[in-house]
Amino acid sequence: MTFLGMPTAPRGVGRLRGDAPFPVAARAALTDTQLRRNIGHATETIRARRAALVAEMPDWEQLRRAGEAIKADTLARLPEVLVQLEEQVTAAGGTVHWARDAIEANAIVTSLVQATGADEVVKIKSMVTQEIGLNEALAAAGITAHETDLAELIVQLGHDRPSHIVVPAIHRNRTEIRDIFRRAMPGVRPDLTDDPPQLAEAARTYLRRKFLSARVAVSGANFAVAETGTVVIVESEGNGRMCLTLPEVLITVMGIEKVIPTFADLEVFLQLLPRSATGERMNPYTSMWTGVTAGDGPREFHLVLLDNGRTATLADPDGRAALHCIRCGACLNVCPVYERVGGHAYGSVYPGPIGAVITPQLTGVADNPDLPFASTLCGACFDACPVRIDIPSMLVHLRARAVASKGASLERGVFGAIAWTLRSPRRFSAAIRLARLGRLLGRRRDRISRLPWPLSRWTVARDAPRPPRQSLREWWRSRPTKPGAGE
Amino acid sequence: MQVALFATCLVDAFFPRAGQATVALLERLGHEVVLPREQTCCGQMHINSGYPDQALALIRRHVTTFEPYDVVVAPSASCVGCARHQHPTVARRLGDTALADRAEALAARTYDLSEFLVDVLGVTDVGASYPHRVTLHPTCHSLRMVRVGDRPLRLLRAVRGIDLVEMPGADACCGFGGTFAVKNSDVSTAMLSDKLRDILTVRAEVVTAGDVSCLMHIDGGLTRLRTGTRAVHLAEILASTDG
Repeated sequence: MTFLGMPTAPRGVGRLRGDAPFPVAARAALTDTQLRRNIGHATETIRARRAALVAEMPDWEQLRRAGEAIKADTLARLPEVLVQLEEQVTAAGGTVHWARDAIEANAIVTSLVQATGADEVVKIKSMVTQEIGLNEALAAAGITAHETDLAELIVQLGHDRPSHIVVPAIHRNRTEIRDIFRRAMPGVRPDLTDDPPQLAEAARTYLRRKFLSARVAVSGANFAVAETGTVVIVESEGNGRMCLTLPEVLITVMGIEKVIPTFADLEVFLQLLPRSATGERMNPYTSMWTGVTAGDGPREFHLVLLDNGRTATLADPDGRAALHCIRCGACLNVCPVYERVGGHAYGSVYPGPIGAVITPQLTGVADNPDLPFASTLCGACFDACPVRIDIPSMLVHLRARAVASKGASLERGVFGAIAWTLRSPRRFSAAIRLARLGRLLGRRRDRISRLPWPLSRWTVARDAPRPPRQSLREWWRSRPTKPGAGE
Repeated sequence: MQVALFATCLVDAFFPRAGQATVALLERLGHEVVLPREQTCCGQMHINSGYPDQALALIRRHVTTFEPYDVVVAPSASCVGCARHQHPTVARRLGDTALADRAEALAARTYDLSEFLVDVLGVTDVGASYPHRVTLHPTCHSLRMVRVGDRPLRLLRAVRGIDLVEMPGADACCGFGGTFAVKNSDVSTAMLSDKLRDILTVRAEVVTAGDVSCLMHIDGGLTRLRTGTRAVHLAEILASTDG
């Protein structure tokens, strides 16, 4: 039944929900020592590279502020900018499709591929097609999607999931990659070693056949310029360039927040993105195309504009800056939580600090209530973010929404009781005196080694302080001379 | 100068030595310290745990308590960060703009101890003596919320007899994160174990920081493992005149 009134923005569907709550999934991930070693090593390397390249930019802070300002301006007038993009893409010979959610987007792409008669597509690494689960949707329609980014190929052949926004196979080392290739790559030489040039050569040989035979390519988009209708892909391996030029039909899926108003805005983002993402001054391949060009590249171009919870995110003034994200992954590489648990523990295809703010907003916070708590609020993500997304403040804001979505709870009662105690210095003093009974527990070592649940989760690995004989306020009152009254 | 000590609930209840040291230090530098008795807690735990509605009354109490004073100093960057950045935001979001404005005005004269010493008093050599091998954990909120920069290090470098060593990965989080340490106990512990490794690598006798919360976490690990390295608040080192 439908009612008149304000339209509601659709909730995000797709691969945005995990099987287990974050603390449980994280606990399991922590026991995987190989994963911790691989991710620890990889993030440390990228962190150092990024830091060195950012340090050489005298105007880095201005660039960050410019990136933030462009994104904020775009989101403030998103409808008009998107309509302009549609007009320009259409005028240049492309076709624009609008998808409310993952299901609609998958249906659009599937029918476009079916119309060509192809039963396979080549793909450029894209977060948004991971978000909507496009490969699975195509497979259900009998269409095979071949990932052509090396790391995505590793993930796909390993029947695995990406664990990082930019480096999807960051959780794998080269020995594991060799084993995956030997096991799952058709036509691979049986004596393949874990020498990186050999691994790259194997992938190159395998993929070259796909590039030459595929009639349809599917991509995401890093940016789409409204004033010209130009779509931009930034990549490192050249697989993207192959996909964008060889097939007859190109289908691009992009989140509606990827649009930028003018071509000149790229000046800012093409400086911010490679430095933040891979620690490079400039990425090896930047491809830009505007509609279709006779005799050059794809004959047909489709642009699918995806909402999937983005309009709902835009509706929240305190959370909408999450849509500024340019998917560089810098916040993942500096996050002490991500570094230890990897991407899979977050459940969503968007892991790490930015995932912890984007995912609950796309799905509605009730579907991912643990993610805003998957952070110590250490602030490293904000400092690394090239478009200055204040992730810690946003996490705090989403925590309140997560708590509110649960309504009454034991936890709310406990926090309420603590707040009631703290509202009065008299009650606070009484509570301190009561806590002093805990001195008995710490007699032996002047520390408390066991506390009841839920504080047992502290003392499982850490001692707790033994309450002192005298609180600060008691000591203050007992001081023989008080130069300042303070009472 | 008259200084109102924003002691913080954790110092008051569990780590009075950090508060006593702050008082001793400021008095030694010739300033009058007062401890407003109406203070309790800034509400950071409630705000960061998703209960800003419950924190509002605590914010109001904090602002009302400290408003009469010209200068407010806390031996905790985390609580200063909360008062400076979160109090106005929370009050405004919950519709109390008058309180938000008052919180903002108060925040402008609320300082972390290291900020107060270096920026307001203009001293780095506070006349301390501390003949021990010390490493500094700079703490996340000191570095990235209050932005104290190298002020704690400058203060420590001027301490007589100190053997100051830098631990690797110093600016990394210790894994405390308030209720994070309980809600995500396993991840928190994994972070702590790496922090302990870095402290022990430089063979420090003492690890210091400007916040008792991080120190409580680090100390909890150090004593559990009987490492023989102890956690001491920055104020205690700066107040010390031993040896």
